Amino acid sequence: MGQARHSAARRSDARSRKYRKLGSGGFDVVGDKPETPRVTDMPASPMRGYIPTILAKAASILPLLPLELAARRLFANALKARPAFALRLGEHAGRTFAIDPVDCPFVFLIAPEGGRAKLRVVRDLSASAYDARIAAPLVVLLGMIDGTYDGDALFFSRDLVIEGDTAAVLALRNAIENAEFDPSLVLGLPQNVSGPFNRATDMALGRLRRSLDAPEPSGRKAYSP
Amino acid sequence: MIARPFSNLPELVCPAGTPAGLRTAVDAGAHAVYCGFRDETNARNFPGLNFDRAEMREGVAYAHERGVKVLIALNTFMRAGATDTWKRGVDDAVASRADALILADAALVAYAREAYPKQRLHLSVQAAAATPEAIAFYRDRFGVARVVLPRVLTVEEIARLTATAAPCETEVFVFGGLCVMAEGRCMLSSYATGKSPNMTGVCSPPSHVTYREENGAMIASVGGFTVERFERGEPAGYPTLCKGRFQAGGGALHLFEDPVSLNAIDLLPRLADIGVAAFKIEGRQRGRAYVAAVVRAFRRAIDSMAAGGRVDVDELRALTEGQRETVGAYKKAWR
Amino acid sequence: MTERRPGMNLTLGPVLFNWPVKQWVDFYARVADEAPVDRVCLGEVVCSKRQPFRDEVILETADRLQRGGKEVVYSTLALPTTKREVRAIGEMIDAGFLIEANDIATVHLLNGRHHVVGPFLNIYNEATLALHLKLGATRVCLPPELPLASIRLIAAGNEAVEVFAFGRAPLALSARCYHARAHGVPKDACQFVCERDVDGMDVFTIDGKPFLSVNGVQALGYVVTAATRELSALRAAGVVSLRLSPQSCDMVKVATIFRDLADGHTTQEEATEALSVIALPGPLSDGYLRGLPGARLLDEVD
Repeated sequence: MGQARHSAARRSDARSRKYRKLGSGGFDVVGDKPETPRVTDMPASPMRGYIPTILAKAASILPLLPLELAARRLFANALKARPAFALRLGEHAGRTFAIDPVDCPFVFLIAPEGGRAKLRVVRDLSASAYDARIAAPLVVLLGMIDGTYDGDALFFSRDLVIEGDTAAVLALRNAIENAEFDPSLVLGLPQNVSGPFNRATDMALGRLRRSLDAPEPSGRKAYSP
Repeated sequence: MIARPFSNLPELVCPAGTPAGLRTAVDAGAHAVYCGFRDETNARNFPGLNFDRAEMREGVAYAHERGVKVLIALNTFMRAGATDTWKRGVDDAVASRADALILADAALVAYAREAYPKQRLHLSVQAAAATPEAIAFYRDRFGVARVVLPRVLTVEEIARLTATAAPCETEVFVFGGLCVMAEGRCMLSSYATGKSPNMTGVCSPPSHVTYREENGAMIASVGGFTVERFERGEPAGYPTLCKGRFQAGGGALHLFEDPVSLNAIDLLPRLADIGVAAFKIEGRQRGRAYVAAVVRAFRRAIDSMAAGGRVDVDELRALTEGQRETVGAYKKAWR
Repeated sequence: MTERRPGMNLTLGPVLFNWPVKQWVDFYARVADEAPVDRVCLGEVVCSKRQPFRDEVILETADRLQRGGKEVVYSTLALPTTKREVRAIGEMIDAGFLIEANDIATVHLLNGRHHVVGPFLNIYNEATLALHLKLGATRVCLPPELPLASIRLIAAGNEAVEVFAFGRAPLALSARCYHARAHGVPKDACQFVCERDVDGMDVFTIDGKPFLSVNGVQALGYVVTAATRELSALRAAGVVSLRLSPQSCDMVKVATIFRDLADGHTTQEEATEALSVIALPGPLSDGYLRGLPGARLLDEVD
């Protein structure tokens, strides 16, 4: 796992802080196959779609608690709207996933099991146990949740890194695909405003992706019906 | 290319890995979708994919309301001592009002025919029927109405098979993953992992895939066997055993197949001309974004052929971004 | 068959590799005289381009084996695709040979006539076995990936099941020739490069770990299947025959080891030990029978 240290300092401050600790031996992976070799940290090539370093720096001085509370509410909204989500994860629902926006100075740890789904936000993964990690720039992760991107395509183009329990990652990705999460649903907005709101959010995210030079959408929005 | 108008165009058969995927494919213009139950009875038995019984009934209803057919795949080989699981799958698929069942195990075909004399049956690619005689075996004994042809045939062979198979129809893959081995007759996956397409409905299963980083390169392995090393910045692929790089005959090479995916859109007019009944898109494991784009592009190509127009080849090329594509075995030079 | 040995038959499977004709003929001459096997499968199973060379000597070889007291079976191509390939199978059926069907097309052509089935047909359960018995099969070699647990359920009560017990297990077939591909020659002008590798061409991972072997259009394991430790379990399961798949090693010795074991003259450990000192192309494995990856060696756990 020592290779984590080599590449850790390449990116923004936020990012190197997150990974320097990861490389220092605190890396703890739970699950049924702890001996399995894993990708330890960085993508082998630069990913596309990073938020500006200045924003990441700014975010790194903000307290985590408000972010965690907000994220919990969104996660709860999503699960409430899509009760089949955890069912589809099947045996993998009990896993802990590290959802890692590599351009931000924090990581989400989610455990979707049952009705009492858990979510935590941490500065880095050095003190946390998890089964699988999914890492990509924030706008790319958002684009996977709302169906803009195809996970396979992102993985092929090295814009997404996964490590740990590959089967659990695949289950999560397929469950997300089937859930058809959209912005209004996650925010818990009433139905009558969801259409216009989603369209507006879509456009805003599209502009953001372009301005950040994120990967092209995997098709759905590239071709009009 | 210019295609002359076709009177009887092939139907577009599209993947539906999840209920949302099914709606996506239907809305994007599929003529038919194929899907399977969430268990070992179908050959895409991956975590988080497929349909429970209620989802299947709802999915069929959604498709039927829009005039789209649903083909339910039960295309693994029945496990000894557990044949009831597969037979119950057939029963439930029929009860879900599937337009056809896609089967591979000869005994399951026999069961389905006997229990449901009027049910339309398709022979899965997993049955590897690659000769007129093999097709005749299933057509003459069990009344199989369509056979999905292996991806190892040339266009000339497809033409001959299509002509001799009648009244049994033929369906060919036109886009997506490419099996280089005779499908349904490959045990590479169980050799490395203990799990195989025939026995468990998975190939190079994610539970046995690991990625690790080595000096900036990503090493992908299956069942402890290193399959590929992706250098920094090099596009990656899913580490399927037959697409891996190995040492043999004195050098390292993609011994079985390069990491390519099939794109036979150039061949659509020719395949339609031959009399192929259906074009199949692989990819029940792919996301909605991808499925929608591929289905839309192929549907447009077929509609354009119907109108005597041009098949836009470039549109699909964008979808294999980063990945090389091939017409595979459809051209003999592949061999 | 000169004598009916109790319990367990031995079948010598077809030579899967492209042995030079002389080696092939000499091999069967020695088998005819010395190998304690009940049945011998002849015929080219992997690549029809090799067939003309075999055809010249096959009848003579069959006679030789029959004189040696062996039952002779004609094994057919596992992946016939061309008209010519299928026609050749039809001709062998018409000639009245006992046929080993390795593809469903051959079963169709046999049209209910008595035959045996090789390890290339997908028979994974008792229902499919019953179907094939109804279609005229009298003996069926199961696919090598099946675990003992499944074999027990399939073999019970029919005295028709054979198990792949020795040799590199055949794993896959393709229209593409991997030997030609590895040597950078087109399939149509392959110069029979496969002839160089009498046990198949070894395939290693890029970090040097032995993985598979390749025989023209066929992929096989690198390891050598050895069912010696499972013999009593196979017998108890109702398996009536063991298939020994020829490698370039001393196959008379291999057959003798299995014969002695099946007849109770040696123990499973002794037989395993005796096999392990023969010069084999890879280490011994029983992973598949134990329900593990096929690459697992005798003592390896998952």
